[in-house]
Amino acid sequence: MTDMQSQGDVSFVRQEVLKAAPPPMRVHGVWPWMRANLFGSIGDTILTLVGAAVALAIIVPALQWAVFNATWLGQTRDTCAANTAGACWAFVEANFGQFIYGRYPDPERWRVNVFFVLLALTIVPLAIPSAPFKRFNLLAALVIFPLVSAFLLLGGVLGLPAVETAVWGGLFLTLVVSYVGMAMSLPLGIILALGRRSKMPIVQWVCIFFIEVCRGVPLITVLFMAGILLPLFLPTGVNFDKLLRALLGLSLFAAAYMAEVIRGGLQAIPKGQYEGAKSLGLGYWTMMRLIILPQAITIVIPGIVNTFIGLFKDTSLVYIIGLFELLGTVRNSFANPDWATPETPATGLFFAAIVFWIFCFGMSQYSQYTERRLNTERKR
Amino acid sequence: MAVADAGRISSPHDRWYNNPTVRSIAVQVTLVVAVVATVWWFANNTVTNLRERGIASGFDFLGKRAGFDMTTFLDTTSQSTYGYMLLAGLFDTIVVAILSIVIASVLGLIVGIARLSSNWLIRTIATVYVEFFRNIPPLIVILFWYLGVLATLPNIKDAIQLGPDFSLSNRGIFMPRPIFGPNFHIVVIAFAVSLIIAWAVRRWAYARRMATGKGFPVGWTALGIIVVLTGGVFIATGDPLTFEIPVKTRFNINGGWTVSPEFASLFIALGVYTASFIAEIVRSGIMAVSHGQTEAARALGLHGGLVLRLVVLPQALRVIIPPLASEYLNITKNTSLAVAVGFADLVAVGNNVLNPTGQSIEVVAIWMAFYLGLSVIISLAMNWFNARIALTER
Repeated sequence: MTDMQSQGDVSFVRQEVLKAAPPPMRVHGVWPWMRANLFGSIGDTILTLVGAAVALAIIVPALQWAVFNATWLGQTRDTCAANTAGACWAFVEANFGQFIYGRYPDPERWRVNVFFVLLALTIVPLAIPSAPFKRFNLLAALVIFPLVSAFLLLGGVLGLPAVETAVWGGLFLTLVVSYVGMAMSLPLGIILALGRRSKMPIVQWVCIFFIEVCRGVPLITVLFMAGILLPLFLPTGVNFDKLLRALLGLSLFAAAYMAEVIRGGLQAIPKGQYEGAKSLGLGYWTMMRLIILPQAITIVIPGIVNTFIGLFKDTSLVYIIGLFELLGTVRNSFANPDWATPETPATGLFFAAIVFWIFCFGMSQYSQYTERRLNTERKR
Repeated sequence: MAVADAGRISSPHDRWYNNPTVRSIAVQVTLVVAVVATVWWFANNTVTNLRERGIASGFDFLGKRAGFDMTTFLDTTSQSTYGYMLLAGLFDTIVVAILSIVIASVLGLIVGIARLSSNWLIRTIATVYVEFFRNIPPLIVILFWYLGVLATLPNIKDAIQLGPDFSLSNRGIFMPRPIFGPNFHIVVIAFAVSLIIAWAVRRWAYARRMATGKGFPVGWTALGIIVVLTGGVFIATGDPLTFEIPVKTRFNINGGWTVSPEFASLFIALGVYTASFIAEIVRSGIMAVSHGQTEAARALGLHGGLVLRLVVLPQALRVIIPPLASEYLNITKNTSLAVAVGFADLVAVGNNVLNPTGQSIEVVAIWMAFYLGLSVIISLAMNWFNARIALTER
């Protein structure tokens, strides 16, 4: 201070009060939000207008078709045939039972409902990380539930009338095929992944050959193989159930993709984990079961769920073998002259798309949730 | 100690069957025996089954007359051989795959960038697009275009006119077909020459900028060279290109080019479906480029479009290429869904071949060989491209 005073009159004292500065721009509320997110600049405004035009051009006709102009009620095709401007939901209502159960006999459909409930009871606790008894739950999902369901759905025991697989169909068959595909492809994929990383050259070659061939060809050709070539490969007279053939083809195909996902997880485990396990004196299988696989599989849960989504979508191809899952049943009902109208195919496909979408979107949200959870766990 | 020593000597780890080398050999020998035995058993059964059905194996059937016809891009008739039909199917597969890849790449790039837009509306539209198409089977998308959209178009009599000589109906899109005159090859050569000149200009401009820092409008110059040279030769050779215009008859349209509804629904659906996956790949690639790169580019004075084109995308490409390659492979494999709408691709033709001939093993072998070959080619090409753009560590 003394220093400043000694330098003379450089000091400055404000005499009048400054005018208040304008308040800062509001950052909360509708208008500021729109300014930041929609009309930030001229280019942004043009983009917004173009986007709004595109969205309206799609949403308005789609809503008119699917909701406002749609035929909601009706017992016959006449109501739909008269209305060509909107969806024919009456067709979906009339065939709803078939879309869910296929040609499963009416009085036995409660068995399918029990199957749906059991499926939910097995899957939901398995998907919730904090649910207890994970080990038992996994056992139930891989062994108990499939066995119980097989007896329940096929029948022929305990006074349940037998229902052959040829009449299975609809969403129910989609779930059966995808569930078995998932339950088979996971263990098979683990074995293939371990084989591919094995130090034994022949085991490695066999696994690489299988994985790369399956991944290199379309699923349709694999299903053609399962449908047409498998009977040729087996002794004369041995005849496989169609469903079993589809399950075999689909599971092996999905296992190849699963193997690559799990291999990614195995590669992400640091070498120290292997060495640590070995130095404890664990053998190969004990080491894999207790140390490596639990870590590797946890890392790649999102990838596994993504493979499951792919598998779920791929079930729509089993029509190649002559099975009618959801999409097959819907397509089959287009040929029904009772409901043949110009809007029937679009409505049926829209319905099938929504059902598939709900399942796949649910799985993908779960996969993203797991990814976030694992990331926070590893961030520490 | 003595007890421990005794235990050491008779330790189970020293038994010959616990020796890792012995075990490894035993496992591998067992595997080989199992594989060979299974294959031999299958082969044996197959030979018996084929003999019983009276089917001669081998590829001789390829030279026989097929007796059926399918609409393909090659000129097939019912007199064509099985081999030629399969070749036509293969050609169709490749055409559909290339078209779908182009559509999916362009659309996927746009949607992927749009998902990261600062504009809420654009971002939301892109997100809805991706989440919708990613989560439904491609088969539904194809059938929706085929049965739900294209089949509901008016019939030929009331076809929608898209412009002079372009019409849209439930038989497909009809458009004029170019007929190349005898001198057309000169125009092609001129076009190729103009491309080479444009490339040379680009190299010269690059070298000059490196040496002096002066810029040069390469894009406009190249466009000018190509348009003037090719157009000039086109006029000089005296109109070597004429068009065959589709003529509407009472029930049909003759002449011109037709894009069949089967073909259109297949490539549009595959393009639209796969674009949702490519959009996600592009988005994650862009997000992998650190934000500091964008900020540095902005600090250098580059505007939004240039930041994306010169700084962000080239770096994002390194992350994008490997998953993009597998997406291209997926498109190629998904073209086999053509069999659901009756477009004559390799699988659909093969299906028509194996029914009358019973040569299922041969046809499946051809399918596998083709798709595996294609997979190898695409992954080799992508690996080469990947190596070219990979980060050069210094």
